[in-house]
Amino acid sequence: MWVQLTRMSEDAKIQAKQDNSSCLELSSLLECAKPKRYKNISKSLTIASLALFSSPSFAGDTVQENSGSELVNNITESEKKKSAESFGGKQLEVTKIDMALLYYQEPNRVTAAEGIVNLQASYGDKSVLDGKLLLDTLSGASPNGAVPQLQQQTFTRPSGNGVYHAVNGDTPLDDTFKDTRLQINGSWVETLSSADKVNFGFHLSREYDYTSLGLNTGAEHSFNRGNSSVNTALGYYYDIVDPVGGRPVAWAPMLYREDFSSQVEFEDEFDKTRQESSAEKQTLDISFGFTQLLNRYWLVQGNYSVSYLNGYMTDPYKIISLVDYTGTAQGYRYEHRPDSRLKNSVYLLTKGALDTGVVDFSYRYSLDDWGIKSHTFETHYRYQFTSTFYGQLHLRYYRQSAADFYHTFLLDTAKEPVYGSADSRLGALDTYTFGVKFGHKLPDGFNISYRLELYQHKPLDNGAERVGQLAELALFEQVDAVIAQVGFTF
Amino acid sequence: MKLSIDSRITYIASLFLMLTLSGCSTLGVQPWERDQFAREDMALDNEKLDLTLDDHIYFSKEGTSGGRSQGGGGCGCN
Repeated sequence: MWVQLTRMSEDAKIQAKQDNSSCLELSSLLECAKPKRYKNISKSLTIASLALFSSPSFAGDTVQENSGSELVNNITESEKKKSAESFGGKQLEVTKIDMALLYYQEPNRVTAAEGIVNLQASYGDKSVLDGKLLLDTLSGASPNGAVPQLQQQTFTRPSGNGVYHAVNGDTPLDDTFKDTRLQINGSWVETLSSADKVNFGFHLSREYDYTSLGLNTGAEHSFNRGNSSVNTALGYYYDIVDPVGGRPVAWAPMLYREDFSSQVEFEDEFDKTRQESSAEKQTLDISFGFTQLLNRYWLVQGNYSVSYLNGYMTDPYKIISLVDYTGTAQGYRYEHRPDSRLKNSVYLLTKGALDTGVVDFSYRYSLDDWGIKSHTFETHYRYQFTSTFYGQLHLRYYRQSAADFYHTFLLDTAKEPVYGSADSRLGALDTYTFGVKFGHKLPDGFNISYRLELYQHKPLDNGAERVGQLAELALFEQVDAVIAQVGFTF
Repeated sequence: MKLSIDSRITYIASLFLMLTLSGCSTLGVQPWERDQFAREDMALDNEKLDLTLDDHIYFSKEGTSGGRSQGGGGCGCN
């Protein structure tokens, strides 16, 4: 429905571009320069006016562009048909290009740089194609799951080649973390009638140890004079996990080269703790949603989503500390997670047009059969300083409870649980986002924006009794990440 | 009766939803009243790239993901 609402003004842009492109294809600038393209002057003026109005208007403007939109739309439709016929059918035309570069930095931990390009094109007047290319590189150190200790700790690298250390009192970090990922997404939206649309899409993500392939489809129906719409979507993803050094056997102990008399003997034993073959994971997503215009300024949107995951979901690089009654680590075990997960979430959004900008509020409630429940509150408030310059605030609060199998550490005297992970992302957690963004509208439809955000990651104490030295150590360390982004649209 | 933090958050969210819905006696607009919704900044996908990048960060750092829309797909992000 949203696309429909904005499409009326987009049609004028498309028409204007088609006219320009026709000039190029004719290879006859003289022909185009002659003022005879539109014999009907009133039509020409109407289309030119609509093209003018369709450019993003200042928030304070009260443009009544839709009051005559159906009439104008009919004119542009007939003009487009005429244009298409002239050139033998539909034309594929790029209507929008978005680009962004993002930099993510955690102090002394992970650094990520991400570039993304999104290209939108129309094919005829009923099809919209959307393509997205994303490349990111990741490096730095990531927590391996072990608890800090008063004494230095040594860990074997995931490949089995060499070791890394955690100095006294610090959260153990695997500093060999490095990856490059390429993601490609494509979608096709087809308008079947004034009330119905369908879409089809694909997903491909490839990194050194992980591949994800996916297909998705959806349908949307609007009614109540276009004030209401419902939609449904279905997605299937097939992921292949092929970790460095192989997949650890569940609860396998971390081995050390120094405990063996030869490299061959070590490698033989190390290989016994690993499964060489890659593993797979399948995901099925189903969602149902609605959008409702409330009045001239406000709308609400709601979604209910179910996601079922089946397959390998253990993090092959994460371990859990086995500690004695003094809290001293006696060894480390590779974590083990369930091989199925059922997630449910409800998402609600309301968005309003203000005289000086736009504001939205959203809430998401999610729960799954791993025992994680989460609440997410988020808002964006945009203030239009001038017709070409805006500032925006972004606030987000997220809280989750711990998974049933989350353990900060395990006692070496206790019975080994069926599943277990010390990954802080599965523990009780609060996160906060504070962001500002500024955007400029430049001539020729070029937009540039800058964004700077602080993302605080605060793991919470799960209440487990801290034995011995663990009572003195910071087991739940807060991480403050900085996100910087620059974006271009044209 | 003392409520848990989760229960309190759920109640606040329900109240927010009810107020939002009940605040409008007549839902919807006439075709000639859609000028505000035609604004570029009112489109739900107006900041599509920001949302995509945010989803990726939160997916990598939190235990819950998705819910807003579909089509993100998986990755082995840490």
